[in-house]
Amino acid sequence: MRLTQGTFSFLPDLSDEQIRAQVEYALERGWSISIEYTDDPHPRNVYWNMWGTPIFDVKDAAAVMLELERCRKAFPGNYVRLSAYDRSKGRQTTALSFIVNRPAEEPDFTLERTDFTDRQMKYRLRLHAADHATGAQ
Amino acid sequence: MPIKNGTQQRAHSRWASGVIPYREMGYWRPDYEPKESDILCAFRVTPQEGVEPEEAAAAVAGESSTATWTVVWTDRLTSYEDYQGKAYRVEPVPGTPDQYIAYIAYDLDLFEEGSIANLASSIIGNVFGFKALKALRLEDMRIPPQYVKTFQGPAHGIVAERELLNKYGRPLLGATVKPKLGLSARNYGRVVYEGLRGGLDFLKDDENTNSQPFMRWRDRFLFCMEAVNKAMAETGEIKGHYMNVTAASMEEIYERAEFAKELGSVIVMIDLTIGFSAMQSMARWARKNGVLLHLHRAGHSTFTRQKNHGVSFRVLAKWCRLLGVDHIHAGTVVGKLEGDPRNVSGYYDTLRLNHIKADLSRGLYFDQEWASMPGVMPVASGGIHAAQTHQLLHYLGEDAVLQFGGGTIGHSMGIAAGATANRVAIEAMIQARNEGRDFLNEGPEILEQAARWCRPLREALDLWRDVTFDYASTDTPDVVVTPTF
Repeated sequence: MRLTQGTFSFLPDLSDEQIRAQVEYALERGWSISIEYTDDPHPRNVYWNMWGTPIFDVKDAAAVMLELERCRKAFPGNYVRLSAYDRSKGRQTTALSFIVNRPAEEPDFTLERTDFTDRQMKYRLRLHAADHATGAQ
Repeated sequence: MPIKNGTQQRAHSRWASGVIPYREMGYWRPDYEPKESDILCAFRVTPQEGVEPEEAAAAVAGESSTATWTVVWTDRLTSYEDYQGKAYRVEPVPGTPDQYIAYIAYDLDLFEEGSIANLASSIIGNVFGFKALKALRLEDMRIPPQYVKTFQGPAHGIVAERELLNKYGRPLLGATVKPKLGLSARNYGRVVYEGLRGGLDFLKDDENTNSQPFMRWRDRFLFCMEAVNKAMAETGEIKGHYMNVTAASMEEIYERAEFAKELGSVIVMIDLTIGFSAMQSMARWARKNGVLLHLHRAGHSTFTRQKNHGVSFRVLAKWCRLLGVDHIHAGTVVGKLEGDPRNVSGYYDTLRLNHIKADLSRGLYFDQEWASMPGVMPVASGGIHAAQTHQLLHYLGEDAVLQFGGGTIGHSMGIAAGATANRVAIEAMIQARNEGRDFLNEGPEILEQAARWCRPLREALDLWRDVTFDYASTDTPDVVVTPTF
């Protein structure tokens, strides 16, 4: 399954040059950048692991690309996402967030259904057990 | 004593029994400096022949505040100077000799806190049928922060919605199930599933998809949630379907909304036709239950579209932000429904920004300060398709829901392919914009590039590239005349 979270998941995977262009767009706007990784891409898994603290105050996208490369090297089989954060009043939220690394083989989700009452169904989404790497995080 | 043109025989004093012109009763106050806490209105007034514009403005001020048609001594038991609406300026409309813009200030004490029903009954209650005017239109309203703060505002707002859905940096994508009437619940759910798995964030009931003989609401909700959950499992992405809970009574509306919530729907939907207080009740329900609230502005064109009479959509947009919806349909510019580009950009700003500057060229008559009230996500729906993506992004920006109904379901390769075409088009356009490209002018080329590797987009462009809705707008700003695209 191709995980379609993030701003650019329907495009072919971004090259480093394309990632860098997006980083530059974010830095020009004064947004800070965070790099996060996970082996649990459940759609409601909000808190991916932080690769250090968010990167504030850098002017050069190269610094971000360097950290990204380190993170990918450390967790090549994980999802890695790059998010830009806008701290301005009225926003104070993520402005852009896209996947920059995927496992070679992406896991599938299983949809479990439990009959409830009056034709209602209780749904549970879980990562296919065999796909779920249990690496130390 | 005949009453003609509101200016019949002069009475000797302000308080003598009888009828005197409104402007002599204190409703025309050219010297008045509006207070920061006043509610200000801009009315487009078309007086009957022989009625002076100042008198017409004063009459509007009077009839929308304390006045009745004759002098009443009981006014003297009140601090009437405070409660009288005050027409403080009248300006001719450029190029339209029989129309004037009347500016009127109202003291805040005239309005019940946190009640759109009361605000509407006051400002548009009786006065629109007043005989001395041929026509009357409420163009804009300045709501002071003192009044803004008495409202709940959007149940969640744009920022919370994005965080709840985990979707950033691009417009959200939706589609209305078509045909909107006649499908059984099972077939209806199929459309929802296909659209969501293909790449849309939301599918949507239409305004009149309620609970008809061919599909009852409960069945629809069950099949749609199967579709939503199945699509989530196949994409790993949060998905939703706007369950329209519009019904004949508040009890039934709540019943349907509760059921949608129990099933795990992230969003429910209401129609404008349920009325202001019902909408406001649902906004409270949505805040309390953590469910997003989508509003379809069904019926609004009956009073928003004609330029000389009614209420402008920008006023309705302000009321809906105050009363607390999370989404509202606000025009597409390029689609099949009314929407002058400059007016629409004014609506979008009104819904999304915190401070809005007056700008007559966009129909914004007043500065508006929202005092940090969260923004409403505008929804563009009606005759839009992937080949217009660059124009949609240019006119509507990133914080919007783009709804491609026919533009998804009418795709030659199927519904999921239609959804994919739309999603690829918007992601490619956002990428190009962020890379600094002139996406408005290079839009067709950017789409062509993506269509080289995305066959669904290729088909969508070939099918719809030349479809435009090129008609003159009915409702345009007076200051600048702009074409409709």
